[in-house]
Amino acid sequence: MRQANWAPTLCALVLSSTAPAQTILIRNATVMTVTKGTIQNGSVLIQNGKVSAVGKNVSAPADATVVDAAGKFLTPGIIDCHSHTAVEGSVNEGTVSDSSMVNIKDVINPTDINIYRALAGGLTVSNVLHGSANAIGGQTIVVKLRWGKTAQEMLFEGATPGIKFALGENPKRQGYPAQGFFNQGPAPERRYPGTRLGVEEVIRQCFQEAKIYQAGWQTYNEKVARGEHPIPPRKDLRLEPLVEVLEGKRYVHAHCYRSDEILMLLRVADEMGFKIRTLQHVLEGYKVAKEIAAHGAGASTFSDWWSYKAEAYDATPYNAAIMMKKGVLVSLNSDSDELQRHLNLEAAKTMRYGGLSEDEALAMVTINPAKQLGIDDKVGSIEVGKSADLVLFDQDPLSNFSKAQKVWIDGHEYFDREKDIETRPEFERKKKALEDKEAAAEPAGKRKSGAAASDSPAAPIAEERR
Amino acid sequence: MKLALGLLLGGLIWAETHGAVAIKDARIVTVSGEELAKGTVVMRDGVITEVGASLSVPADAWVIDGAGLTVYPGFIDALSSWGIPTAATPRGGANQTAGAATATPEPRARGPEDRPQTYSFERAADLVSPTDTRLEAARAAGFTSAATYPTRGIFQGLGAMIDLAGERGRDMVVAQPLGQQISFRQGGFGRTGFPGSLMGNISYVRQLFLDLDQYEQAKQIYASNPAAGPRLEYDHALEGLAESPRVLLPAEESQQIDRMLKFAPELKKPFILYGLHEAYERIDELKEAKTPLLVSLKWPEKPKEEDPSEVASFRELTMRDKAPSVPGLLAKAGVRFAFYTDGVESAADLKKDLKKAVDAGLPRADAIRALTLNAAEIYGVADRLGSIDKGKIANLVVMKGEAFDEKTTVEYVFVDGQQFQPSKESQKEPAASGRKGNAPAEEIK
Repeated sequence: MRQANWAPTLCALVLSSTAPAQTILIRNATVMTVTKGTIQNGSVLIQNGKVSAVGKNVSAPADATVVDAAGKFLTPGIIDCHSHTAVEGSVNEGTVSDSSMVNIKDVINPTDINIYRALAGGLTVSNVLHGSANAIGGQTIVVKLRWGKTAQEMLFEGATPGIKFALGENPKRQGYPAQGFFNQGPAPERRYPGTRLGVEEVIRQCFQEAKIYQAGWQTYNEKVARGEHPIPPRKDLRLEPLVEVLEGKRYVHAHCYRSDEILMLLRVADEMGFKIRTLQHVLEGYKVAKEIAAHGAGASTFSDWWSYKAEAYDATPYNAAIMMKKGVLVSLNSDSDELQRHLNLEAAKTMRYGGLSEDEALAMVTINPAKQLGIDDKVGSIEVGKSADLVLFDQDPLSNFSKAQKVWIDGHEYFDREKDIETRPEFERKKKALEDKEAAAEPAGKRKSGAAASDSPAAPIAEERR
Repeated sequence: MKLALGLLLGGLIWAETHGAVAIKDARIVTVSGEELAKGTVVMRDGVITEVGASLSVPADAWVIDGAGLTVYPGFIDALSSWGIPTAATPRGGANQTAGAATATPEPRARGPEDRPQTYSFERAADLVSPTDTRLEAARAAGFTSAATYPTRGIFQGLGAMIDLAGERGRDMVVAQPLGQQISFRQGGFGRTGFPGSLMGNISYVRQLFLDLDQYEQAKQIYASNPAAGPRLEYDHALEGLAESPRVLLPAEESQQIDRMLKFAPELKKPFILYGLHEAYERIDELKEAKTPLLVSLKWPEKPKEEDPSEVASFRELTMRDKAPSVPGLLAKAGVRFAFYTDGVESAADLKKDLKKAVDAGLPRADAIRALTLNAAEIYGVADRLGSIDKGKIANLVVMKGEAFDEKTTVEYVFVDGQQFQPSKESQKEPAASGRKGNAPAEEIK
């Protein structure tokens, strides 16, 4: 809660109406559909939360709200395939090497101010992941950034849930057993595994357990079908999601860096009979792009971030372009509350590093992550029938100088730059009023102690009130 | 030496017992029915024997002239650790984040199978004792009963409704088990093992209830044909859970309230939410849920020693401003709620915190009801506590002035018909020490 100095709660109330979606005509825009080219002076009609017409000449019903977007650029809502925004509490259940029993869905915090800040950068969909502390991490969920709604209402309807895996340095840290960490006393017991070999073993072991578990339930169900009354097996929240992975009902999003362990994971997956949906970070993906493509895994990488740890040294900003050209479905992600606010610029870097076209670059943060998340039938491009998740930029979104002006999700306006700026003074006034009220309400006794504290030069009371 | 003497006297700091006591010509707020502008209440052997406008006082009764006094049912702390002496250290609220501080460090839990931080079987009824030093201040604030729970772990154990006086612990227990208090314990840097995160806590709670489901089915199937085997393991943790008539879940902020309203039905037990300081954002949902609520009296405040570089967010400021309005909003919406003291201990602070709710729009009658009959009803003990009615336990608080008014004093407190007379000092704000000062002893009558 203690993060937002300027927290546009008021705007949220204004913008996130529960009223049915309006009919909106956005006209005269440069419409970057991503999948069907760019239309100069194009129009997009939004009806019932969906895109109902796209083109040069779109006729709108008389009651349509018209947005004149002359000189502006319209893109699909941006999609982030790797986010930890809106997670309440730790993003890691790092105490165990297989934390598949925990679910990000349980701890989505729709009041996280970073949701609104991300909207202000044109982001509309996030794949919210568990952290990378364990070989098999927690269950993950895709959300729409419906700021002002409840956690339940933020969930992307029908999106296949996922699970986080992690390879390499993080999962082999043995649960961060640093001695005297934050002076909290003796180090905790070390957690297996401590090596990359161990990470592989944990994954294989867990899937073996999952298969035994799956078989146990099958046997039980068969007995029940025969009219017997056996004791039911225990429902194990850790193994259930792994069975779902085996049955293809849950996507694996695997955090990885080095090419050797990428190959390791693909082999373990083949051996155990499941698919890796996306490789995350995958900085050495360019070395094994052919193998990644052959497995059918997507790759969600950074634009030009590397060298922040040993396993992230052998990297290149050409990674995305190389993997793409080798037939891998590639997206660019943020993994960050800050970076998620300008993923369009991350996409633009692939034009500089790799020579991708505008459409190919934009696809990295729109239709490609949509495909990776299995939601490309609903979002990821401006096409008739898809959700009206749209961003209006003041100039080319692949330019450093572009700013999102308006953001719609399902045809509802969730961000408007002008309205945001307009409401700030009112917001500041309300905040100041609350501060003043609190200061005035402090009882005499406490004020006295406050005055005593103000003798200390470090804490003048006026400044505290700021 | 001093300690020994204190303990010795402990037995003597005990109020007088009379054959019968009658409070005559007082204003009587029965809570269950009409208020009597001038009435008499008679108690004998710890039970209210009569209450009415014109009663003949029994010949053997000790008579208190109630002129100018108001009699209320004794207040009930609806979620407490009062009476459990080992819990007398400051206690976290719904937002508790500390790792389990257990006396003996336990081995690091590797998963739900190790039943981490699980004391579901611990009984408040076995732990209560009149030696808890906090009881005196509680009585001075007009509290005579508490739904008290053990304090450690995620599954904290089985609560008991206790009266806040007695010669021995076992005298204090009115009803048990009341329910199972659940707290989410985060942090501790994974030292205690699984679970270390909020999602881990939630997952663990879910798993334990699923295990309970399976355990109960398995028991039944085994009992119907032991020859078919296999014989079942006895699971201490699940036995405690099975015995819990209801579950208490923490829900402080708006998204936590929403989350718990969605989560609780999975547990297939009646549930109560506690905390509720941001409930002003969720009144409609709470009304619809029809689940009882326990509102913490520890209103969020500006931290005492705030880092000057930290600036409170708009949301925090709003919460500090609006939290005390929650009880009024709930009352208006017709949502049943009770109060809990949440670690607020001195009589003066409790009075101040209750007054904040009244000032923020809670009608006095609703405030009294929340402190008495609501709590009794929520826990299913309204047949013996919560109002001034014939046959109920003689737990009364007699005030000079109206409850929650600044100048009002508690003149007498009756617990199980035993009379206590809190000293004036114990009701004033302690001079220098601020909150948590030790109140001077009550007078022995």
